[in-house]
Amino acid sequence: MNLVIREALLAFRRAPLLSALSVTTIAFSLFVVGLFGLVAVNLQQALRDVAERVEIVAYLLPGAPIETITLAEKDIEAFPEVQAAAYVSEDEALQRARTELVEFRDVLQELERNPLPASIEVKLKPHFRDVEHVNEVAERLRGFGFVDDVRFGRDWVEKLDRLRQIAAAVGLVVGAAFAAVAIIIIGTTIRMAVLQRSREIAIMRLVGATNGFVRRPFLLQGALKGMLGGLAAVALSYGAYALINRWLIHAEFFSQEQAVAIVGFGMLIGFFGSAASVGRHLRRV
Amino acid sequence: MIKFTNVFKAFPKGGLALKDVSFHIAKGEFVFLTGHSGAGKSTVLKLVYAEEPVTSGEVRVSGFTLAEARRKDIPMLRRRLGIVFQDFRLLEDRTAEENVAFALEVTGARRASIPARVMRVLTQVGLAAKAHAYPRELSGGEQQRVAIARALVNEPTVLLADEPTGNLDERATRGVFQLLRDINASGTAVVMATHDLDLVRQAPYRVIELQEGALVYDSAVDEPRDQAASP
Ligand SMILES: Nc1ncnc2c1ncn2[C@@H]1O[C@H](COP(=O)(O)OP(=O)(O)OP(=O)(O)O)[C@@H](O)[C@H]1O
Ligand SMILES: [Mg+2]
Repeated sequence: MNLVIREALLAFRRAPLLSALSVTTIAFSLFVVGLFGLVAVNLQQALRDVAERVEIVAYLLPGAPIETITLAEKDIEAFPEVQAAAYVSEDEALQRARTELVEFRDVLQELERNPLPASIEVKLKPHFRDVEHVNEVAERLRGFGFVDDVRFGRDWVEKLDRLRQIAAAVGLVVGAAFAAVAIIIIGTTIRMAVLQRSREIAIMRLVGATNGFVRRPFLLQGALKGMLGGLAAVALSYGAYALINRWLIHAEFFSQEQAVAIVGFGMLIGFFGSAASVGRHLRRV
Repeated sequence: MIKFTNVFKAFPKGGLALKDVSFHIAKGEFVFLTGHSGAGKSTVLKLVYAEEPVTSGEVRVSGFTLAEARRKDIPMLRRRLGIVFQDFRLLEDRTAEENVAFALEVTGARRASIPARVMRVLTQVGLAAKAHAYPRELSGGEQQRVAIARALVNEPTVLLADEPTGNLDERATRGVFQLLRDINASGTAVVMATHDLDLVRQAPYRVIELQEGALVYDSAVDEPRDQAASP
């Protein structure tokens, strides 16, 4: 094992240029994947922020007894889709309108009678903020006798849904394409490293080294290069993130798990790329 | 030790390289393999170290029957052989010492034992003083000695040499040949493919001659003959 590690490390010293090239190639390939990941992460976050605003409002008939409403509020809160339900009385509605609609303050001040109905505002749990569930909950709310009307901005929720679908599809396709390109580029780099050492491999086999023995330093080396490349990619992505955050828009960086996943992905590509290259080489000679 | 029985070898692209070759080489023997270029000398050696599969017939080497040997047996077979080529096949980025040690390292020798074993074979081939030299700093003859040291360090029962003096001048040739004779004298069998008939004549060793893939003369079996008549 000792020797395997030494041989794997020696490769960096014996072929510093090629090793640096491999690591750089892996780093930039993963960096592109990482940049795309950043876009995806931020898009998701943006969509989540927008989805925060998905809300169903049930307007109540005037004169519904408050006890009934309180009970109903409890029932609604017990719906599996519902995160919170809040009763807004007529007075509160007016109060709110006064603070929020500053332009109409004068008009609202002069009202003799409050035209605004009381309502129950229902917020759904994050997973249920799509058209289907919103519709379902709205339908159930309509079933309450004291509910006059239910509003939730159908168009808007539908658009959000479509946006989410598009984001997911583009994310999948583009992400897979980038990952595939990264795998191919990294595979080629590793193949070069194997070819560069084909003479050494031939001699190892000639003096009776087993295939497993020949393979091991390459696997370790591939995993190592992949890891270094992954770390560099995360660092580059962080640099890009910091620049964007500072000069363009407020953005989010990867979570720790996501950063670890990028490094792990690099390691896996390095490992399996080496395994494939060496395996193919050994089968042919 | 090495036994060929009715061996045929056909390459996928190309005709029959060996036709019905049979011979037996005993422990500790020194055998010249001669013949024109393309006669099949290298092919015989390749079959011995399992670089190429046998097409038909049987090759037995040091207890292995090659047709039956699985791919994973090949390393074990090669550890009992030492192999030397015309072009030395040293690693340019390692010193003489490291080249020799390489053969021990990659076959899982105990690390602590490596330096002493390497020095012993380097001394045996007369290169102890140049242990730290890189191949480019050595003459052809010296490089071949390093290659021989590498072949010997695993203490093989047979040394296979494919035109080991092919790239050397006369003086270096004599030196390397003498080294092979010394190695043989200490008990290792040597099979040496060569064009150099002067060398063959110099020594009283067994000669196996191939012609277009067929064994046409074996001094252990056939009548002695005037060697000047052979090519
Ligand atoms: N890998 C191969 N594929 C196809 N034909 C081959 C292959 N290797 C050798 N041959 C053929 O087999 C025959 C014997 O070749 P071999 O190398 O054994 O000759 P040789 O006696 O060693 O010649 P030389 O003295 O030139 O080294 C030749 O006709 C050669 O063309
Ligand atoms: Mg030959």
